[in-house]
Amino acid sequence: MALVEVESEVTGTVWKVETAVGDVVEEGDVLLILESMKMEIPVESPVSGTVADLLVQPEDPVREDQVLALVEA
Amino acid sequence: MFKRVFIANRGAVAARIVRACEAVGAESVAAHSDIDAEAPHLEAATATARLPGYLPQDTYLNAAAIIAAAQAHRADALHPGYGFLSENAAFARAVAAAGICFIGPDPRHIETMGNKTHARAAMRERGFPVGAGSDVVADAAALTEAARATGFPVLLKPANGGGGIGMTVARDESELPLAFKTATALAERAFGDRAIYVEKYLYRPRHIEFQVLGDGVAAASLFERECSVQRRHQKLIEETPAPNLARADVDAVAAQAARALADIGYAGLGTVETLFADGAFGFLETNARLQVEHGVTEAATGFDLVAAQLRIAAGEPLSDLGVAAAERHQFAVEARVYAEDSARMLPSPGRLQAFRPPALTGVRVDVAYREGQFVTPYYDPLLAKVIGSGATREQAIGRTLVALKAFAIEGVAHNGELLRRVLASEPFIAGQVHTGLLDDLP
Repeated sequence: MALVEVESEVTGTVWKVETAVGDVVEEGDVLLILESMKMEIPVESPVSGTVADLLVQPEDPVREDQVLALVEA
Repeated sequence: MFKRVFIANRGAVAARIVRACEAVGAESVAAHSDIDAEAPHLEAATATARLPGYLPQDTYLNAAAIIAAAQAHRADALHPGYGFLSENAAFARAVAAAGICFIGPDPRHIETMGNKTHARAAMRERGFPVGAGSDVVADAAALTEAARATGFPVLLKPANGGGGIGMTVARDESELPLAFKTATALAERAFGDRAIYVEKYLYRPRHIEFQVLGDGVAAASLFERECSVQRRHQKLIEETPAPNLARADVDAVAAQAARALADIGYAGLGTVETLFADGAFGFLETNARLQVEHGVTEAATGFDLVAAQLRIAAGEPLSDLGVAAAERHQFAVEARVYAEDSARMLPSPGRLQAFRPPALTGVRVDVAYREGQFVTPYYDPLLAKVIGSGATREQAIGRTLVALKAFAIEGVAHNGELLRRVLASEPFIAGQVHTGLLDDLP
């Protein structure tokens, strides 16, 4: 068991959160969708596991490398 | 002519509309969000109007705030630019209801063209070539029937969509059930409407569009633009004339586009987009607004499309605009400079530590930012449009290349090098363009 940090690749805003804390996710599942410069950027889970924490909500601004979610592998 | 035009947009197009207002002798009021307070589009405007906030939905998409600001400035007309609210019929109606002239087509025509199956029917009825496809398909059974009639492979597209967003390909019948689910979900997510329809899928077609200007009675064509070089269905490079086509065929379709819009009673600028494959043109969509790439046509013809929009909206007839006499004296090529990391295909916001567009003969640069300004993640990534023109296609390409190389941009990642690679590539120089050209680049 390990907590994996999911980081933003880009500066932008949170458009949609597609999962909830406690959800079981597979590697590659979309956790949330960011928007930057009119482009949708899906943020995928890097591992299979359980969503342990979601640190942002829709319309939140995010920076590149900011931690968005924690997934317990 | 109008006394005062309110500009409900930002960036390069807002600056362009300010110049058109000067050309026709109207005052301009440039709207801006808080984050755009230093933007170059405000500089030459007669007045500026603040739209509080920075998110698009609070500012350039906020119809109520925009109309209130236009009224406060006693504007008698409003130009929506492109993107944002430019193709929103409800907004156009609300502007008119506020006693302000909406510079664009009749809201009914915005609606017809905004609905893809209605637009296809309207164009087909008027003799414009429309490729195989269906009406809205309600369920998987209707989809199967429509796909069989169209012929595989098929493309499932949102009926109320556009811009190449939310499309799903099905290669054969076995892929239809999953494709139906995916396509309706994509349509719902992107456009808030699950309705989808079927079109024939074309492999690496060319994207060729026709510029039309109408006054509600008559309409004229201002030639074609070749816009095949795209990534993620967003145009990167446009040019006119389109290379390697039988001139008589292109001119015939241009005339058909103008006739169709004249017959509809269309007033203002409209662009009839087509896909060209296997020697045939097929209708794609009509954009009921000014296009990003209008400058290509302007550079080639010397005809001021934005001033024409203002004059048509002010009630001048087409015959007074000199459009019939417009000729293409030049070849013109446009390259769109975006703030993005081309390798990772990600947007790149940041501060423009250097931003110095070149001033060169035969080159027009429409800028969206100025040096020192912050390129925010809230709006589109367009930094500038570089348009080279000349007596030959080779010269137009060469001037665009030189201008891109001379354009100092620092502080954000941008696609200048990718654009130069495309312009200098063998297939592009040979005019062998198609929508897959970028994938083939070494």
